Amino acid sequence: MTAVALQGDLWMGDAPLMRNLSLDMPAGRWSCLLGPSGVGKSTIARLIAGLPGPQQLRGSLEAGDGLPLAGRVALMAQGGQLLPWADLVRNVTIGARLRGTRPDVGRAHELLAQVGLAGMERRRPSELSGGQGQRVALARVLIEDAQVVVLDEPFSALDTATRLAMQDLAARLLKGRTVILITHDPLEALRLADRAWILAREGAETLSLPDTPSPRDFRAPDVLAAQAALLARLQGDAACAG
Amino acid sequence: MRRLNAAPLRAALALGVALVLWQAVVWLTGVPRFILPGPARVGVALWDNAALLLEHARFTVANLLTGLAAGVVLGVATALNLALSPIARLMLRPMLIFAQAVPVFALAPILTLWLGYGAASKIVIVMLVIYFPVTSAFFDGLMRLPASLADLAQMMRAKPLHRLILLQVPHALPALVSGLRLAVVYAPFAVIIGEWVGSSRGLGYLMLMANGRGQTDLMFASLLVLASMSLLCFAALERLVQSGPQKKVKRQRLPFSDRSSYGRF
Repeated sequence: MTAVALQGDLWMGDAPLMRNLSLDMPAGRWSCLLGPSGVGKSTIARLIAGLPGPQQLRGSLEAGDGLPLAGRVALMAQGGQLLPWADLVRNVTIGARLRGTRPDVGRAHELLAQVGLAGMERRRPSELSGGQGQRVALARVLIEDAQVVVLDEPFSALDTATRLAMQDLAARLLKGRTVILITHDPLEALRLADRAWILAREGAETLSLPDTPSPRDFRAPDVLAAQAALLARLQGDAACAG
Repeated sequence: MRRLNAAPLRAALALGVALVLWQAVVWLTGVPRFILPGPARVGVALWDNAALLLEHARFTVANLLTGLAAGVVLGVATALNLALSPIARLMLRPMLIFAQAVPVFALAPILTLWLGYGAASKIVIVMLVIYFPVTSAFFDGLMRLPASLADLAQMMRAKPLHRLILLQVPHALPALVSGLRLAVVYAPFAVIIGEWVGSSRGLGYLMLMANGRGQTDLMFASLLVLASMSLLCFAALERLVQSGPQKKVKRQRLPFSDRSSYGRF
């Protein structure tokens, strides 16, 4: 596992998007980037994942071990990016098949069982609920065995109860990996993060988290208090912004 | 299930109404039968000339299907090649756009001159006519991989060929089916034009011959055989599409609703 450090200004073509970023995301922990829609959260996800786009970093993006990040990052995005024409096993093993290596079908079955989809291996994504689709995407991230996992609003399209269940599942299965969670949901950040920032144009502000280890119980008083404080703070920001 | 049962019923009803109208026009206007024979007369011609019609239809169908298969194979191969190789795109695309500007039907006399009055010229005309819509539709589909899947391929470090086979081709199948629908509509046109330009066999030839002899009822009979041939082709394609593994292909009743994909490179 490796840490990821992002320093500098993020530009979108010719316009600055976020300035003075200084994000030290520790190895084997959950780092959470919290921000409102449109602040450029997904741009950071694409940047770390090495995907093309108009974004441009004037600064540095480095892995803790000094090696390049390329090829060591897995991304799980909101839509899940499942192949509608392929069954679940083929969806989970698409990475190996795209690289032209032999897919590990046994491991795919194992992971599908771990995410709670045993017996559904032959189904198509259209036969699944939103939460089940994200479980498949999670299994696909796990089979890639990447050192750094970027989760770009992975659960934001799910209903609240499903979202809480998926957060617990992801926390359990991604334990020990360097996870970068990008979200607009304060509770999600407070539950899962070991380190968290609130993103804004002027830079990222470190968010203080409850002392308990993650994933935190959403009923715990300190989590609820932190959530209330954070919501008040975000509401203030939103009122100022527009 | 109700819709399945209703469809043939509706078709039969429409056919019945059309036949009644046809007969009514013949009766009411009193046109001579060498201008417009009534449905009964055409039916008799169909029955009396069944062997003749069958023999010529066999020639036409064989050329139609061979040309269709060759054009589809060639079109699919071209589209795959274009999608895979930027150099091929650079070289072939302008040529294809230019070739598309030539009305392929107008080539029929030249092809007949080169390839003779036999089957070869008809097969090549059909092939050329359907080659462009198939290539164009499939290539379009191949190049329109959604951004999320393109990202996926990049994250997974996909090899170009594997990206093509595993992501682009499955995603482009509905587009290919649109192209095939156009092909199935154009192919009968093409084969008849080929026969009109120069042939000693086939339904097109039979129509010209019947016309020359004033056998209008035989002309109409040939036309009916031809129309049912086209319908059978279309129905066979629909069958194929629905039995295929790709069940999410969008359904379209009219082959003409997808004209937009014709002629875009």
